[in-house]
Amino acid sequence: MHDAPSTKELVEAVKRFIDDTASPQLTGHAAFHARVASNVLSTLIRELEQRPEAESAERARLVALLGAAPDTSLEDLNRDLCKRIQSGEMDLSSDGLLDHLKTTTIAQLSIDQPRYSGLALALQARG
Amino acid sequence: MLSQGKSLAGSFFPAIVAKMGSNEQIATALETWAGAKFGADSKVDALTRLSGGASQETWAFDVVTDKGKTPLILRRAPGGVEAARSSEAIGLAMEATLLTHASKAGVPVPPVLGVFENDPDLGQCFVMDRIRGETLGRKILRDDEYAAARNVLARQCGEALAGIHSISPDTLPDLPVSNGINQLEKYEAIYRAFKLPRPVFELAFSWLKANAPEPLPVVLVHGDFRLGNLMVSEKGLASVLDWELAHIGDPREDIAWLCVNSWRFGNVEKRVGGFGDLPDLLDAYATAGGATLQPRDIDWWEIMGSLKWGIMCMIMYEAYRSGADPSVERAAIGRRVSETEIDLVNLLEGIRNDA
Repeated sequence: MHDAPSTKELVEAVKRFIDDTASPQLTGHAAFHARVASNVLSTLIRELEQRPEAESAERARLVALLGAAPDTSLEDLNRDLCKRIQSGEMDLSSDGLLDHLKTTTIAQLSIDQPRYSGLALALQARG
Repeated sequence: MLSQGKSLAGSFFPAIVAKMGSNEQIATALETWAGAKFGADSKVDALTRLSGGASQETWAFDVVTDKGKTPLILRRAPGGVEAARSSEAIGLAMEATLLTHASKAGVPVPPVLGVFENDPDLGQCFVMDRIRGETLGRKILRDDEYAAARNVLARQCGEALAGIHSISPDTLPDLPVSNGINQLEKYEAIYRAFKLPRPVFELAFSWLKANAPEPLPVVLVHGDFRLGNLMVSEKGLASVLDWELAHIGDPREDIAWLCVNSWRFGNVEKRVGGFGDLPDLLDAYATAGGATLQPRDIDWWEIMGSLKWGIMCMIMYEAYRSGADPSVERAAIGRRVSETEIDLVNLLEGIRNDA
């Protein structure tokens, strides 16, 4: 299979079309939704660039934190983590838990909303 | 925005069966009302719909007489039909009653001029004064015009909240009752029903359950007291709007909701709405007759507030996931849930570091 244009190039082309051609011709509700659509494509570009590495790091942290088998799926690992928190087996004082959640949430938000004020605050506190 | 969150128990978008009130019908009905109120020569002008969602419509209009122009607001059930409103929002007649009580308690609110229970053309609605001011959070926090207002707004909010909380629930018609534990249970049930596990939310639920404060004596809670629902002029707080989530509950809920980072619009260092400091608000609140509270008394409720907003964003995304609303906006809001997750992580980290 070829990938020219690549996924990223295609998404960028659609985003340019929305921003430069479609949006200026729209008003009201449609203009608002075009802005949202353009932002979604920016999220998608960040997702393409960042998710694979962020997820494999998350998986490695969860395997260590939970003492799970290395081939456990990310979904199962997170389900297990949620169960342990819900049951009280892990809480705010558990070694490494909040640190893991913070790292994961920073990675998620870096894709979802990199300009959100809470992200800067989290990174600043981390030093 | 909150409207979908409230209708989760039933369907997401209740069908409005009877659509009453074309613009013309509304204008004519308002003119009849204005004739009795302002004089027979009254004309209704510039009727414009400002907003409208699943839960309420807002219209602006002017009553023009030979003495001048009176700018007014019409608040109306969607299509005029109260039954279309969700279970949690209070009725429009109740909202009008609360405004009257709030005004007597010294809270800045628009005077209510007329209430219509079942008008054939207007349906369920009420008319109030149109107060001049700004509601957009970013403008209030950034524009030079509001620099002086920002300096006094935290204390004014403290005073307004003390006024709202001073209204005895015994003097009011029946309102929903909801304290911290009720809300925790309700939002946990909604979250679990989605079957989208989020470890940060799990930790927040567990921590909130394990650390719930003793409830304070119940008061009238505004329920949505935050930037966006506060009308601000150059002088400060001009009006407290959007009372549809009012209920009987814990006074700390209102104070904390104003502190939730989602409404600070980037000004994280100013805990009160991105414009003020919590000790100032609490001092003005106590001086004006509210309970004596410390900033740490607000922590539990602020964590609750961030968690609630996160789940409300999930509810709005659920409208997309379920197919009820296929718009890109509903899809995109699902990627804002992580904003509340980082706020929760930051808040819980602060709690852990203080322990």
